[in-house]
Amino acid sequence: MTSLVLAEHDNAALKDATHKTVTAATAVSAPVHVLVAGENCASVAEAAAKIAGVEKVLLADDPAYAKQLAEPMEALILSLAGPYDAILAPATTTGKNILPRVAAKLDTPQVSEILKVITPDTFERPIYAGNAIETLQAPAGKKIITVRTTAFAAAPEGGGAAIQKVAAVADPGLSKFAGESLSKSERPELTSAKIVISGGRGLGSAENFKLLDAIADKLHAAVGASRAAVDAGFVPNDYQVGQTGKAVAPDLYIAVGISGAIQHLAGMKDSRRIVAINKDAEAPIFQVADYGLVGDLFKILPELNEELAKRGYT
Amino acid sequence: MKVLVPVKRVIDYNVKVRVKADQSGVDLANVKMSMNPFDEIAVEEAVRLKEKGKAAEVVAVSIGPQQATETIRTALAMGADRGILVKTDQMVEPLAVAKILKAIVDAERPGLVITGKQAIDDDANQVGQMLAALLGWPQGTFAHSCEFAENSAKITREIDGGLQTVEVKLPAVMTTDLRLNEPRYASLPNIMKAKKKPIDEKSAGDLGVDITPRFKVLKVSEPPKRGGGMKVASVGELLDKLKADGVLG
Repeated sequence: MTSLVLAEHDNAALKDATHKTVTAATAVSAPVHVLVAGENCASVAEAAAKIAGVEKVLLADDPAYAKQLAEPMEALILSLAGPYDAILAPATTTGKNILPRVAAKLDTPQVSEILKVITPDTFERPIYAGNAIETLQAPAGKKIITVRTTAFAAAPEGGGAAIQKVAAVADPGLSKFAGESLSKSERPELTSAKIVISGGRGLGSAENFKLLDAIADKLHAAVGASRAAVDAGFVPNDYQVGQTGKAVAPDLYIAVGISGAIQHLAGMKDSRRIVAINKDAEAPIFQVADYGLVGDLFKILPELNEELAKRGYT
Repeated sequence: MKVLVPVKRVIDYNVKVRVKADQSGVDLANVKMSMNPFDEIAVEEAVRLKEKGKAAEVVAVSIGPQQATETIRTALAMGADRGILVKTDQMVEPLAVAKILKAIVDAERPGLVITGKQAIDDDANQVGQMLAALLGWPQGTFAHSCEFAENSAKITREIDGGLQTVEVKLPAVMTTDLRLNEPRYASLPNIMKAKKKPIDEKSAGDLGVDITPRFKVLKVSEPPKRGGGMKVASVGELLDKLKADGVLG
């Protein structure tokens, strides 16, 4: 009984989503092997080898995997899939892009975004934007699973797995990388930050989002946004928290000028504490907030910034 | 180039979902149903390709009960040319949907399939990718923008870190993200015209696809409820509470 986890990384650093997926994989079928596919990514494989519970790291280091495009990744994973009882990937845009191809080719149904492993073949997953939780049993045979990483604790460091190189598989030649525009930020990543401060339509402009930046800097928080703020062009798409954006579950989530559409709540309602700042006392966001501040955010945010400074947050 | 657009009939975006008391599913009786919002974006993109002269014909296909005809009519009113209904009253899992669509692609030979990146009911985010794999086609998922040439397409994708552009050979599958376009409202004359457009009806059996569910749904339950909290009067009080709760360093 062994499972294979697809590592989330950018060729330089291994992402926390991998550690969380290893935790889920351990519950489905231990021991766990991790596949690191990329280009010049030996340091990522070394990091993966240190995760407790990982027995082996498979390293496919080849230009074909530099951007982990779905078509060559499908071919690679299929070449390795044979002996594994389960294949898991974090439900990131990379995992979601690749894994259904593998499932289809193996004629195995995929379980998307599991929240919990009840038994090795029974899982909980959110449906209807998290307004219902489905418990389903997968058929006998291989399990193909993507993991809602916010629902699992990260597997700790402490392993010493062997790293085994695996050969690249012929690229089907259907697709090629043609550019990217990545958001650069010194702040923690949205999906793994302990504190997230998000803005909505209420912020009114891209310029006003800087009010959140100042507070985020003091709290070492990530900055997120509602769909409305992204659609209005205040911030790029990778800020979006919600049903179809990113799911986050930080210790503290501060929603500023966000009314609280169910699609937004789907992405943040598992946060430990939720704070809502909104001028409309009837806004649905207050129904899920632990603490609500009703008032003009353009008055409250500077006050909050000042109060944090006064208390020594820099 | 022919463009195939799979569209799904789902519970309307604005409806508050209720779980049935016996935990057998969610209550769909007398609930407003609409086209999956991501599929509306797909129809819009296909119709725009036709308007730009890049697509010759747009075919909308839906898998579902007789009422899914309404979903197809919506696509036809937006500008699709004809429809295909694969009629079934049972729940069809994403892999089976992909197999049905593959059979339709084999018969229709489109140069492009555009569909939503996920349906807002099961939130699976699988069908486009599965269909592409079964066909041996490339994919451009979570599309933010796209540019079509004779034999290839440049698709810019919404990814966790920002945007990524891939160049794929045609035929290909593209799945839509929210920012790709803003779907039009069908005008009354177009709704009337859509009533005259043809819709072909088939069954999964006609297409040789077994749609027996592979998963066993044991139950559907309510998510854990968050108790409504309290209002605080000042930022000072707020910070005191957060500090006491241990969520602020």
